[in-house]
Amino acid sequence: MATTALSRPATTAPRAIIRATGESRAVRWTLTTIALVFLALTLLLPLVLVFAQALAKGLPTYWAAIKEPDALSAAKLTLLIASIVVPVNLVFGVAAAWCITKFDFPGKNLLITLIDLPFAVSPVISGMIFVLLFGAHGWFGAWLLAHDIKIIFAVPGIVLATTFVTAPFIARELIPLMQEQGTEEEEAAIVLGAGGWQTFFRVTLPNIKWGLLYGLILCNARAMGEFGAVSVVSGHIRGETNTLPLHVEILYNEYAFAASFAVASVLTLLALVTLGLKSLVEWQQRHVTAERPGTDSTPERIAA
Amino acid sequence: MRHKSRSVLPGFGLSLGITCTYLSLMVLLPLATVFTRTADLTGAAFWATVTDPRVVASYRVTFGASLVAALVNTVFGLLVAWVLVRYRFPGRRLVDAIVDLPFALPTAVAGIALTTLYAPNGWVGKYLDPFGVKVSYTWLGITVALIFIGLPFVVRTVQPVLDDLEVEVEEAAASLGARRWQTFTRVVFPTVAPALLTGFALAFARAIGEYGSVVFISGNMPMKTEIVPLLIITKLEQYDYAGATAVALVMLVASFVLLLAINLLQWAARRRSAA
Amino acid sequence: MSIEVRNLRKSFGDFVALDNISLDVPGGELVALLGPSGSGKTTLLRIIAGLEPADQGTIHFHGEDATRQPVRERQVGFVFQHYALFRHMSVFENVAFGLRVKPRAVRPSEAEIRETVMGLLHLVQLDVLAKRRPSELSGGQRQRVALARALAVKPKVLLLDEPFGALDAKVRKELRRWLRRLHEEVHVTSVFVTHDQEEALEVSDRVVIMNEGRIEQSGTPEEVYERPATPFVYGFLGDVNLFHGRIHEGRVNIGASDLEAPEWAGASDQAGVAYVRTYDVELAPARSDASSLEAVVRHVRAFGPVVRLELELVDGGRTIDAHIPRAQFDSQALGKGRRVYVSPTNVRVFAQPS
Repeated sequence: MATTALSRPATTAPRAIIRATGESRAVRWTLTTIALVFLALTLLLPLVLVFAQALAKGLPTYWAAIKEPDALSAAKLTLLIASIVVPVNLVFGVAAAWCITKFDFPGKNLLITLIDLPFAVSPVISGMIFVLLFGAHGWFGAWLLAHDIKIIFAVPGIVLATTFVTAPFIARELIPLMQEQGTEEEEAAIVLGAGGWQTFFRVTLPNIKWGLLYGLILCNARAMGEFGAVSVVSGHIRGETNTLPLHVEILYNEYAFAASFAVASVLTLLALVTLGLKSLVEWQQRHVTAERPGTDSTPERIAA
Repeated sequence: MRHKSRSVLPGFGLSLGITCTYLSLMVLLPLATVFTRTADLTGAAFWATVTDPRVVASYRVTFGASLVAALVNTVFGLLVAWVLVRYRFPGRRLVDAIVDLPFALPTAVAGIALTTLYAPNGWVGKYLDPFGVKVSYTWLGITVALIFIGLPFVVRTVQPVLDDLEVEVEEAAASLGARRWQTFTRVVFPTVAPALLTGFALAFARAIGEYGSVVFISGNMPMKTEIVPLLIITKLEQYDYAGATAVALVMLVASFVLLLAINLLQWAARRRSAA
Repeated sequence: MSIEVRNLRKSFGDFVALDNISLDVPGGELVALLGPSGSGKTTLLRIIAGLEPADQGTIHFHGEDATRQPVRERQVGFVFQHYALFRHMSVFENVAFGLRVKPRAVRPSEAEIRETVMGLLHLVQLDVLAKRRPSELSGGQRQRVALARALAVKPKVLLLDEPFGALDAKVRKELRRWLRRLHEEVHVTSVFVTHDQEEALEVSDRVVIMNEGRIEQSGTPEEVYERPATPFVYGFLGDVNLFHGRIHEGRVNIGASDLEAPEWAGASDQAGVAYVRTYDVELAPARSDASSLEAVVRHVRAFGPVVRLELELVDGGRTIDAHIPRAQFDSQALGKGRRVYVSPTNVRVFAQPS
């Protein structure tokens, strides 16, 4: 029961030949228009609105909102969280993918399902479970209090909640990819005398680099943008436990709309960069698969 | 599948160790608290919490809006996937990339953007207001937000299947006299249906747990537009941990059932296509 | 129903797939389109079916212009190389498809559909498998289902695109024989595409040999094999040796020898190529006449009724192939290293294309 990759290389170019069995021009145009209008309404409008609202009160207000101390510390915290969470999940993702795809053992499918669990859990519940563990009335609450360690309503809690939420991303990317690649190359390396780490870095890593990069990009985007889980564990303490998304919420609830959207626009730019990087990586992935010997790239239909 | 003997490739112990430790500490242990905390409640207390009118109303809001949103996404998601795979138009690549926006955009940003968009004086809201159609702070608003969130799930699940469809099968149907619509309903759709169902389930599963994009537009009126995640937060803030976990447990069970269903669907689809 | 193709042209970008093709297929005949990859044969077939549009030219079915007709209306049955069966339907439903999608007015009743489908499945000997899914069938069985499905709508023309290409050798031979028998029973005008000359020559009433978008020759299997019209046909069908030389007044001079070329009696000092089939060579221990070529046996492959010899010509060092009957090989004791004299019989000389 393998997990499906989150990534799916964007669609290959539609077949160049206009098929004699396709829909009529009118139908094609209508369907395309409906689809594009739907997408514009659903996706494009909100996107444009963020920037419009952010700049509604002019550029000076925009900069002021972004350079405001609380906003800056929120940005710093967000970056800090990502810089901890992403590497941790990288190690986990690679380890999980390695043992699952290169070996056979009972309970493998169970492991895969467990990895998928955080995906199925609502963000709010993801935060709640850490409150239940480390909160004042939690399992370790008393112990933590006694040792004056703060996890909930402090940065460690945010790190934990974000780690939980983003745990599956890299593993889910690597597992199908590595399953498809099989074990032959690694086995060949071992036979030739390479050690474990050598094999991993020289043989496996180059093969998975694009999938890995893709997973990292997604993991990072989610780590920086997570709202629900962080909302529960952070305590919303301005300047200390506010991440950028939480800061957006605070500003919005105070009716500081332009400022709120200004900060939101930074996050939106981050999202657009993420999308851009995604496309780049997908393009590269397609390139690599096409060049690999033995792969079956669909040939153009030419005369036979 | 070849049996990989552990002795040939190294690193089994290390990788399995890391994986199991991580999963136990980061995933299983925290999730276990939900169950243990709920066990604090007696059966009757649990039932009372979970059937409290406010709680039931929130279930209805969450599951109802999620269902409608997932259905809308199924229809339009299929349409978008079809257009992206089959047709050519200027900017197709760009549109394809934008479909992933809900994946990449932080939910809070989506939340405030949608709320402002559909507010009575918003870009879209102002056209609907004269007709008495209120989106912000209503059930409709929640659904709109969930449509935004769930769209990529359907499109990305259906796209590969459409991409892999053999041209010859449609040509065969045409040569046998089928009209285009008949070919679509009898040949193409049955092939895509399993992926569509999976996409629907994924969109639905995501929607029921969604918080950030919904909490701004919903208005959070108890009994009317309060979603389950918000209710959980409210209970936590009131230190009603037992109540919060009880409500959460129901959600978790629903999510796990969905996860199981999705995995089964994908497994069945893999079996059928492999044969 | 007869097919008339006139002046068909088709290009894919810069690549010219079909270059002014004209062809007649009389009603009821089984015609093979034979040629190497890229010759245009599949393109031609698909244009006849209506699956591709031609750039120029016309197609007529029994006198009626079908050039602009959509594939749905042409009443052609098409069998694909990879079957294109509907994976989610049973064998029965696959075959019934064409009948089920007919407009209400002309759709047969459920009982009639059942009768037609089971009758066809009986014809292709798959009636017991009616309820199975395509995934449960072998390649040969799937192709038979595809054939039954195409025949269910009583097409006027049956078109097959390398129908046995995806099957292994033994199954291919069986289905070949089977297709011939089916054609004799059903008598639909049929055109099939293949790159396998044995298949084309064995099964069809007429062979059309294509190369680089043009028709090289069209005729009965005997005609194209025994009287090839062009060097390409000669080389494509059967094994052949080529000798380059100069033609002069009825003889062609190749190296140390002269071969008779009576059809070139009037030629004077032209470049030419002599084609000799590998079995049209006589091997003798001594020189018999001026046209014998001295050679040494370099390689012997003696399995089966025909022995294949690789001979190296003494004059010039080039290699020619000779296929001789087993009995002759044994009686002449031709082993590796033996010196022999090669006399070509049945030489065909073509002018060297300039």
